[in-house]
Amino acid sequence: MKGGHRYRVERNLGNIVVHVILGAIGVICLLPLLLIISASFSKETEIARYGYTFFPRTFTTYAYGYILQNPTQILRGYGVTTFVTVVGTLVGLLMMSLLAYVLSRPDFALRKHLSFYVFFTMLFNGGLVPWYIWMTKGLHLKETVWSLIWPYLIVPWYVLLLRTYFSGLSQDLLDAARIDGAGEWRLFFQIVVPLSTPSLATVGLFLILKYWNDWYLAMLFVQENAKLQPLQYMLYRILTNVQAIARAPGSTSMPPILTVRMAMSVLATGPAALVFLLVQRYFVRGITIGALKY
Amino acid sequence: MQELAQMDPIRAQVRGRRWRVSARPVTRSRAWRLVRRNMPLALMALPAVVWLFINNYVPMAGLVVAFKNYRPPAGIWGSPWIGLQNFRYLFATQDGWRILRNSLLNNGLFIVTDTVVAVAVAILLYRVYQHYLTRFYQSAMFFPYFVSWVIVQAFVFALLDPDRGLVNQWLAGLGVEKVYWYSQARDWRAILTLVELWKGLGFWSIVYLAGLMAISPEIYEAAEVDGASAWQQTWRITLPLLAPLITINVLLLIGRILYSDFGLFYIVPRDQGLLYPVTDVIDTYVFRALRTTGKLGMASAAGFYQAVVGLALVLVANMVVRRLDPEKALF
Repeated sequence: MKGGHRYRVERNLGNIVVHVILGAIGVICLLPLLLIISASFSKETEIARYGYTFFPRTFTTYAYGYILQNPTQILRGYGVTTFVTVVGTLVGLLMMSLLAYVLSRPDFALRKHLSFYVFFTMLFNGGLVPWYIWMTKGLHLKETVWSLIWPYLIVPWYVLLLRTYFSGLSQDLLDAARIDGAGEWRLFFQIVVPLSTPSLATVGLFLILKYWNDWYLAMLFVQENAKLQPLQYMLYRILTNVQAIARAPGSTSMPPILTVRMAMSVLATGPAALVFLLVQRYFVRGITIGALKY
Repeated sequence: MQELAQMDPIRAQVRGRRWRVSARPVTRSRAWRLVRRNMPLALMALPAVVWLFINNYVPMAGLVVAFKNYRPPAGIWGSPWIGLQNFRYLFATQDGWRILRNSLLNNGLFIVTDTVVAVAVAILLYRVYQHYLTRFYQSAMFFPYFVSWVIVQAFVFALLDPDRGLVNQWLAGLGVEKVYWYSQARDWRAILTLVELWKGLGFWSIVYLAGLMAISPEIYEAAEVDGASAWQQTWRITLPLLAPLITINVLLLIGRILYSDFGLFYIVPRDQGLLYPVTDVIDTYVFRALRTTGKLGMASAAGFYQAVVGLALVLVANMVVRRLDPEKALF
């Protein structure tokens, strides 16, 4: 992202104050994470007695060891979420980009009608109850992995982002290709798509984030089948239900609940959060375009 | 154009204009040509159109559930009509008013807080944007955006757990008695606002930073030449120029004020009943009815007015936006 336009950053009191404020905010944003990480590396008895602290009184990896003795639970969570995310993102991105491309073409006869049809759904819906009844009784998606994939395949806001980008493509290039005899499908897949990889990557990442962090769909549709629980929903169950933690093999006593919960949180969230932070510029780009479109 | 047409009369369709130069008499009707030309594009959009129909438009018919006494065995269409009964029940109870009040109050509070803080932070970021540390501030602020509400709940719990949470530890250090945070509703409007701010700051500051970047630096340079201080520049230049963007976003948020972030209101308070007076909003009420209480009638009524009033609000908001800046209106 290009920098602010002040090309001369002065060292003055004003700037120092700004740095202090921003630094403080940044630290506050990260502090809860520190609490969780610290608790995950602590002794259960110390957490139970002294509470959560920023640094462990006694450093130990016991909680992690406990989980890794019986990693089925967390591995299954990762498995389900990965499958759902990969399938959902690929199918969703394909459908949405096709739709957005059509919406961006000024010569499409039904353009206004299609726009209305798509974006009206941002303004009005039938509500949760009818949708739930329809998904479970009508489409029979309850307790299936498709119930975790289906609902996010088309997200109107992402379609809007893609359409904005497609509208900006050079018409001359497309015309030249058309004169050379390219049909619509070839035009899309062989010219438009390769030209649009940054935009597709941006929306793709938004969609990946949406699927990866989802727990809502599981909460609605996957209640009985423990094997179908995505990562965040599994974490939710562990954090709210003592019984949900998988025991380590061979142990008869209760697991160290508090620290295991924290360790699970770190394992379930840490890697993904780091990856997203690495690619944050795509999100910044997408939000910027969305903001200026408004 | 002429040469093109002579070379390839049928394909001489440049820039969407149906530019046909043909020596042959027209043998097909115009309508057919239209259909044929648009068919590939229409087919491309078809999967999405079908999906939207199945997922969004079909359930709209289910809005009638609000006017029926829904019995699962009979399904939606077999259940009997009871007119406005569900709505009467809903607003006869405390619940009906409470969820409306909470939706309006909480979301309204969020709009104000998020916007004010995000604009302030964006201005600060803009000022020191060249500095290498700014990247870290931004990443740190963006971090909460990438985590799910489930883990936010863990964060909040580590702070507010009555027995072991950090906040009560601090209070104990100050000699204050420990507070049972999850049992008293009073503080939760503030707690929810702070949590929402924490999670949304990264996102919203980027929105307003984008707006700041769009302002031409020449204005600032001219102001500096005229001797304006940083404060004056912020007050007289930045804020007025940012005002349209702020207004539009606020209006659009107001349009959605009846819709709440489910994760924030259901997951973070850990679904504690004692907190419902402040944390129960339309969305959580409907969800609980679906999952636990089974009071589908009233929940459908709530969902109905959320959708209808919500639509009215967005239309009004959009009308206002269109008056301010036609380009920025949703439609």
